[in-house]
Amino acid sequence: MKRLAIKDIEKCVGCGLCVFACSRRPGNARIGNEYSGILAVSLSGFERGATIIFCRACVDPPCARVCPTGALKPREGGGVVYNEDLCIGCGNCIDVCTIRAIFRRNNGKISVCVHCGYCVSYCPHGVLTFEEVNIV
Amino acid sequence: MKRILRINLSNYTHEVEERDLDEWIGGVGLATQILKSELKPNVDPLSEDNIIVFAVGPFTPAYPFASKTIAMFKSPLTGNLGESHAGGRSAVTIANAGYDAIIIEGRSDRPVYLVIDNERVYFRDAGVLWGIEDSLIVGRIIAERESGRGIRTIMRIGGAGERLVRYACVTTETYRHFGRLGLGAVFGSKKLKAIVIIGKGSKSIKDLKSYWSVYNEIFKKAVETEVMKKYHLIGTSINIKPLNKIKALPTRNLSSPSFEYAEEISGEALAEHVLGRRVACSHCPTACIHIAALRLPYEEEPYFYRTLMISYDYELIYALGTMLGIGDRVGLLRLIHSVESMGLDAISTGVCLAWATEALKKGLISEKDTLIKLEFGDYENYIKAVKYIVGQPNDFYKSLSEGVENASEKYGGKEFALAFGGNEMPGYHTGPGAHIGYTIGLRHSHLDGAGYSIDQKGAYDPKTLVDILIKEEKWRQVLSSLVVCFFARGIYTPELVSRAFKALGYEYSVEDLEKIGEKIYNEKLRLKVNLGFDIEKIRIPKRVFEVETPHGYIKKEYIAEAISYFKEKVKKIVQES
Repeated sequence: MKRLAIKDIEKCVGCGLCVFACSRRPGNARIGNEYSGILAVSLSGFERGATIIFCRACVDPPCARVCPTGALKPREGGGVVYNEDLCIGCGNCIDVCTIRAIFRRNNGKISVCVHCGYCVSYCPHGVLTFEEVNIV
Repeated sequence: MKRILRINLSNYTHEVEERDLDEWIGGVGLATQILKSELKPNVDPLSEDNIIVFAVGPFTPAYPFASKTIAMFKSPLTGNLGESHAGGRSAVTIANAGYDAIIIEGRSDRPVYLVIDNERVYFRDAGVLWGIEDSLIVGRIIAERESGRGIRTIMRIGGAGERLVRYACVTTETYRHFGRLGLGAVFGSKKLKAIVIIGKGSKSIKDLKSYWSVYNEIFKKAVETEVMKKYHLIGTSINIKPLNKIKALPTRNLSSPSFEYAEEISGEALAEHVLGRRVACSHCPTACIHIAALRLPYEEEPYFYRTLMISYDYELIYALGTMLGIGDRVGLLRLIHSVESMGLDAISTGVCLAWATEALKKGLISEKDTLIKLEFGDYENYIKAVKYIVGQPNDFYKSLSEGVENASEKYGGKEFALAFGGNEMPGYHTGPGAHIGYTIGLRHSHLDGAGYSIDQKGAYDPKTLVDILIKEEKWRQVLSSLVVCFFARGIYTPELVSRAFKALGYEYSVEDLEKIGEKIYNEKLRLKVNLGFDIEKIRIPKRVFEVETPHGYIKKEYIAEAISYFKEKVKKIVQES
């Protein structure tokens, strides 16, 4: 199973093209940032550069463990599958994610990377890659 | 309908209103209409009656490069129309927060900073921040205190804005600026230290397939063709060498059109020796922001270093480098850093200091005024002078903080005070196009009609030149109403803009767009005239005629013919209303 991964984080310029790609991708089809499962940030100001935050595809994802309704379920190959209809917006997953890679939408529900790889071809600087990961 | 957030600093209130201003697209078109209906022409720019409008456009954040926020206000530098554009995350954030425009009016009694978190507006006490001169530090403190990491913009002023330097800027995301025409002083006069905007939102897409297709076309052009290459590789500083070669690079207060140390401070040399990182505005694949990593030792303490990250561009190298005769790369970067941290407009600061240096040399002012010996090339003293401009320890620096027009009015030396319409001159002495452009451009900027570029393409008779300049300025009203970065103008042709609109559900033909550009231009010109703009009163500095351009010496008769032709145009446009 393929997943989204980092190729070279030092090349990130913080442009956020991945953010808008994720919003726009099939399944979301929105303009903006609230449906995005990836976030571009500066490192305490652009003096220190930029980085992106997204689900790192845990094999035993804590977010799925604390989800009371089964809206988040472990995905084959790591990460989670999100069933929005089941989400009650409790935010347990947001709290438990160590790298803060789950984002709240304005309606209380969440956005999370589903490892579809759509954003990769819009990263102008080769920061992202979509690759087969061997899980031991 | 346009959704507008109105914030009043006098009584700490805010409201959201919807206004039918769709025909003006957004950005400059929208902000011009708001100023037209709300700004009283005679107000003091530094009083509570001045208003600030921030506006974005319908392509934000739908398409790449629609990343500029337009700020319009009454300029404390020129006393006329103020318009300044900044990138960073500002435009994308305002759009994601759900606004087409934000109006700031009134004046707070005590220092405040604003937090706009989508629907909510907070007025935070800024008493603790007031007096912190370094805009980088101000940004850092606010960033750590407030939420919204990654989806916010932090616009702030440094010491220059607080001290009402008429060319103080507003800085956003550390390295981008509402640079020109003194928005920072307007912030300072309103006791407004910063505005944080946090934006999260989304909207549906009218025609998904066309949208994807237009998006991909723009993206491909940006990353796969040559059209953005210049900004992408060396950056805007790539212009230093060619402009020096054709003798169009204003040097030592434009006493010369070329600089013997241009190679040292060229984009190529900076890239080779100090370029440390590049970053981008939000939704821009180009990443033109070039940041030098400057490692400096502490002379007194062995093995103790600091590393400064300093953003540079063509205009900064011109204004703080060639204009001041500074060919030392490290010295130049240190001066740029001091201007950045104080929150000053780099072009105005450089031009003011260049004038002061020449005025001192000519004996119009003395070291009693300047407190230090200003001498071309002496960056240590210029770094001190930057602090004096902000601190204004005497009448001279008070005057210099009001711009070169003002200072030369008082101390003399108008013939070499390089300002047009009160705005200090940008870095192009390419020929008549550049200077007529600064004179008739509605912002007195090189970016209005791009005269510097026209000069490099050919020679024209005065009327044709004015026509070309105005035609370009009209089209740029469309771009700056869409808030598309001018660097991407090669991608955003009228034909592409029309299709990009269509995918979002708007019908504009190429012809419609050109008409709207003209309409916005005319409205802006009328607003400018209402605020007191009179082309007859515009002064063209004598120095411009004394130094040869690539087109030879500029002739006074040529300029006079161009201006009188423009005057007729203004008359006609004003009468139309």
